[in-house]
Amino acid sequence: MKRFRWLPMPVHSLLLFVVWLLLNNSAAPGHLVLGAFLALTIPLLCAPLQIPQPVVRRPLLAVRYVLRVLGDIVVANVEVALLVMGSMRKLQPAFVAVPLELTSELPLTILASTVSLTPGTVSAELSEDRRWLYVHALHLTDEQALIETIKSRYEAPLKEIFAC
Amino acid sequence: MNFWVELLITILLLIGGIFVLVGSIGLIRLPDFYTRLHAPTKATTVGMGGILIASMVMMTNNQGYLSLHELLITLFLLITAPITAHMLAKTALHHENRALRRTRSQHLMECAREQQPPKPADHD
Amino acid sequence: MLNTAILIVSGILCVALILNLWRLLRGPDLSDRILALDTMYINSIALILLYGMHMGTNLYFESALLIAMLGFVSTVALCKYLLRGDIIE
Repeated sequence: MKRFRWLPMPVHSLLLFVVWLLLNNSAAPGHLVLGAFLALTIPLLCAPLQIPQPVVRRPLLAVRYVLRVLGDIVVANVEVALLVMGSMRKLQPAFVAVPLELTSELPLTILASTVSLTPGTVSAELSEDRRWLYVHALHLTDEQALIETIKSRYEAPLKEIFAC
Repeated sequence: MNFWVELLITILLLIGGIFVLVGSIGLIRLPDFYTRLHAPTKATTVGMGGILIASMVMMTNNQGYLSLHELLITLFLLITAPITAHMLAKTALHHENRALRRTRSQHLMECAREQQPPKPADHD
Repeated sequence: MLNTAILIVSGILCVALILNLWRLLRGPDLSDRILALDTMYINSIALILLYGMHMGTNLYFESALLIAMLGFVSTVALCKYLLRGDIIE
């Protein structure tokens, strides 16, 4: 990517700038200048270490995905809280192997993190050929339904966002 | 301070505190390690979120300018909680922690430990 | 009202910390203890933030952020040590 010689990682630069302003909790001119300086120089130093990752092709979909996950986190918390306070005898934990279609690292990481954050599931392990995600469910009623949910609700949008 | 702002902060704080407490109770009550993993990693994200947002509202109200930096901690916790859970699950699988006996599909633990594709269950 | 709420939530967090401590001491396995430690880290962040709110200052934000980062890194380092027998390979 020789398009931006002085700005090798535009997204990271923006992120650094915003985080610097948040850390200082101010938007004074001095901090703006210092933040811009850091946001320009750190990516220049770090760019050679970068491992190429697929880029986000559909930003609007990505925003919708994040909002959906945030909503699911709240639902997940209420569900887990009810299960935790309920009877331990009725719990039906299970391991599930979910077949995957994604192959590159960044989408897989996001998918595994999403699975961990959402209703009653924790991603435990990924098979070496990146075809299977092992998931531990706290209370499983229908294995096929869980696999369907993960695939249609989280994996399909990710495939669309990263166009891979 | 305005009454409604105070009420909002109080409600957020109480929600946060209750979720954090439920996470810790789950840590004590749940029967095996893999189920115990669910309680803190899930309950603390919303619990911490509630307390941090309450702190944000209060600081903004007290100081008269928008105080957003608590968002950094919230984001950091949201990003790191699944990674911690994943590492802990890996460790437990590697150490061959026993799962609860009524856990379904326990043969998958073997495949997961070896990072191999799932094999069909052999009868035990 | 607000001060009472802060005190009550601090009490709740202290109870949560004691429950975590019990799991830390009792935990049948090493990974249970690590999980309890990680939860204690997160709960203590909440406690520090509450103290900051009680005193009405922003000073404790940095310490909370530092504890969050140290907690994450130390949990991952401990897991890595248990997994591989080595932290930096």
